Amino acid sequence: MNARTKFIIGAALVTVTVGYLMAEGIKDTGVYFLMPAELAEKVATDPSLYNVGIRVGGRVVAGSVDRDVAAQTVAFRVTDGQETFPVVYRGIVPDTFSDNVEVVVEGRLMTDGTLRATNVLAKCGSKYETTPKA
Amino acid sequence: MTVLGQLSLGLALLLAAWGSVVGFVAGRTGRPELIRSARRSVEALFGVLAVASVALLVALIRHDFNVEYVALQTSRNLPIVYTIAAFYSGQSGSLLFWAFILSGFAAAAQWTTPGRYRHLMPYVGAVTCVVTLFFVTTILFAASPFERLPFTPADGNGMNPQLQNPGMAIHPPMLYLGYISIAIPFAFAVAALLSRRLDAGWIHAIRKWTLLSWIFLSVGVTLGMWWAYVELGWGGYWAWDPVENASFLPWLTMTAFLHSVMVQEKRGMLKKWNVVLIMLSFLLSIFGTFITRSGIISSVHSFAQSSIGYFFLVFLVVAIIALGWLLWSRLPLLHTETRLESMVSREAGFLFNNLLLVGIAFSVLWGTLFPIISELFRGTQVTVGPPFFNRVNIPIGLALLALTGIGPLIAWRRASPKNLRRHLVVPTAIGAVVAVLLVSGGVTDFYSIVALALAAFVTAGIVQEFVRGVGARHRLHGENHALAFMRLIGRNRRRYGGYIVHVGIVIYFLGFVGMAFKSEMEASLKPGETATLRSAYGHEYAFTHLGISQYEALNRFVTAASVEVQRDGQRVGIVRSEKRQHVDSFGRPSFEPSTEAGIRSGLLLDLYVVFAGAIAGTEEAVYRFTINPLVWWVWFGGVVLVFGGAVTMWPGGGPTKGAPRRRVAGYSVQIVEEKVAEKV
Repeated sequence: MNARTKFIIGAALVTVTVGYLMAEGIKDTGVYFLMPAELAEKVATDPSLYNVGIRVGGRVVAGSVDRDVAAQTVAFRVTDGQETFPVVYRGIVPDTFSDNVEVVVEGRLMTDGTLRATNVLAKCGSKYETTPKA
Repeated sequence: MTVLGQLSLGLALLLAAWGSVVGFVAGRTGRPELIRSARRSVEALFGVLAVASVALLVALIRHDFNVEYVALQTSRNLPIVYTIAAFYSGQSGSLLFWAFILSGFAAAAQWTTPGRYRHLMPYVGAVTCVVTLFFVTTILFAASPFERLPFTPADGNGMNPQLQNPGMAIHPPMLYLGYISIAIPFAFAVAALLSRRLDAGWIHAIRKWTLLSWIFLSVGVTLGMWWAYVELGWGGYWAWDPVENASFLPWLTMTAFLHSVMVQEKRGMLKKWNVVLIMLSFLLSIFGTFITRSGIISSVHSFAQSSIGYFFLVFLVVAIIALGWLLWSRLPLLHTETRLESMVSREAGFLFNNLLLVGIAFSVLWGTLFPIISELFRGTQVTVGPPFFNRVNIPIGLALLALTGIGPLIAWRRASPKNLRRHLVVPTAIGAVVAVLLVSGGVTDFYSIVALALAAFVTAGIVQEFVRGVGARHRLHGENHALAFMRLIGRNRRRYGGYIVHVGIVIYFLGFVGMAFKSEMEASLKPGETATLRSAYGHEYAFTHLGISQYEALNRFVTAASVEVQRDGQRVGIVRSEKRQHVDSFGRPSFEPSTEAGIRSGLLLDLYVVFAGAIAGTEEAVYRFTINPLVWWVWFGGVVLVFGGAVTMWPGGGPTKGAPRRRVAGYSVQIVEEKVAEKV
């Protein structure tokens, strides 16, 4: 067997390994990214979406933020204009988190319809492009 | 000033268009007057873009708030450093910065490239003009920093507080310099294809450009990590966010390119691969800008969403088609001169190094784009996060680390068993000893053990190279060891500079390993109360809340909370973390409050304190305490890497004068050293 063939076998092995790691990684760690309307629709037909890791994108309903500093929890509602879900998060929310801000909530949907968040990411208008104040 | 700026941009558009056309024609016909014209248009383009840049800077410094860009990015009470940095902190300004730097690099390439590559230069000028043309078009038609407002605000909006950080003032330009400087090697590759001169000439011509670009990229990525660490306050420096990935992708392909060109230089192999790699790097640098600027993938580093995404998309598609065609039509000229002789050879090591780097790049790209891919094929977005990237990339990264150690130690063409024994026995033994020590010391994390053992293996290999090199010089030339050490590096800058870069990479890995051992807790403390946290080394850290103070600073109201830290009962010091409410010059709040983490950095660990907020009306504070082992080593790795890169780049080490003679001389010295060393 010449070096070229050996190299091709080696390269194929590397490629297969990388492909396998990627496929397994996506299968085990990939989570749905849904807007509230999509989530409501999906959950109505597929109860297996309860209590598994998901990410929900949307906007914080103005005036819904209830911070309990002592218990380090933040409760708010997230909406896409059609459906709204209550969110409970224990931890420190990012600086940019506030009313009407776009957020991504990582966590699980409980059977009572509450999102229990393990992480809340907030997008400000932009870090690099400030939105002029009205 | 905006009129001048706008005018310069219009002129730049014409010059870039002229330079593109005349460069191609000049390259094709070789007519001297056209060649001169192509070169002059590159120089003139640099001139007019410099004028446009100065115009923007003047508008910023004079606080001309009638200019929309100035009003959006700055305010009267913004420190002057950040007022200048606002040149590239906003979208349209950053595009102008990009075009300006590109034109500067393009002119520098025309001025510094030795005459023996003159047949390439018209084409190089044409390619750089085409790329500049794209940026100038985007600025003029989608995002001009010289737009005026119908009224003049009394004060500007001010800069986002997270950007008001020294790291942020230099991180974007460094990254941009890296991104942009890829365009020069890329232009040479395209020029070589266009001119059908596909010997190793273009690779020699771009050697320094490639290195320079790689150093800028490394510094840019590392500074980005540092900025995220000190400014974003989540306790880490890398979250596999799309924007971070976008900066990592061209770094990976450039690293692969840096290695694979050596195979082409020494053995005449990998010609097609090298051309493809540099094209990929360039496309990825444009793609990186596209995903950060278009908002196509949701990212916490969300930039403004605007129409410029379409400009980038169109440019990418056109570029891919054009480059694909060019490559296809020149394939017959890119045949390999030699074949791989043995799997146990330096070139095989490089091949696998490239395969792994491209594998990482592919998996990172795939993971970054997976929300879009899954939406296309399954109708629902599926996202992957850090667990995916870590799972895939830690094993590949470790394999790469192993190759970092093996590659430089084995011979070109075919390594003999004797060569392998001579170079690999000691490092392998040292790596194994480290692994045994770690396991018996109670470390259980598999990847950490492997990473540290490999780090020891690589370092031992490099030290051995230095020791043998110094020893050989000492015996041959009678130099003392210090002089021999300096001359060893000085006479073989590329080789030993490369080793120093490898040491830098090993140091990065040490820092990465540290993150596997971080510990974290959140606590709500009244003044005098204490929270305790155990570090990975087994020490008990006590954080005692001292109290909260409030005061006004330059352009912000500050609420600061301090903790006193004790390690195993010994006082370490006081760490303070701040909440900052930035205000404009009328005292009105201008942004959401931002957090300034308190960091006490050390060789072994960092104490990272985040003040999350006070309970209304009291001095009770909510904190997050993080103990991050070995973070400092990531930054130190960056310094070593840049130093190694600078050694490699230092003028005089390359074949600048009397190239062939010098290389032959270097080669014969190596043989002598090898023989002497074998006798011993």
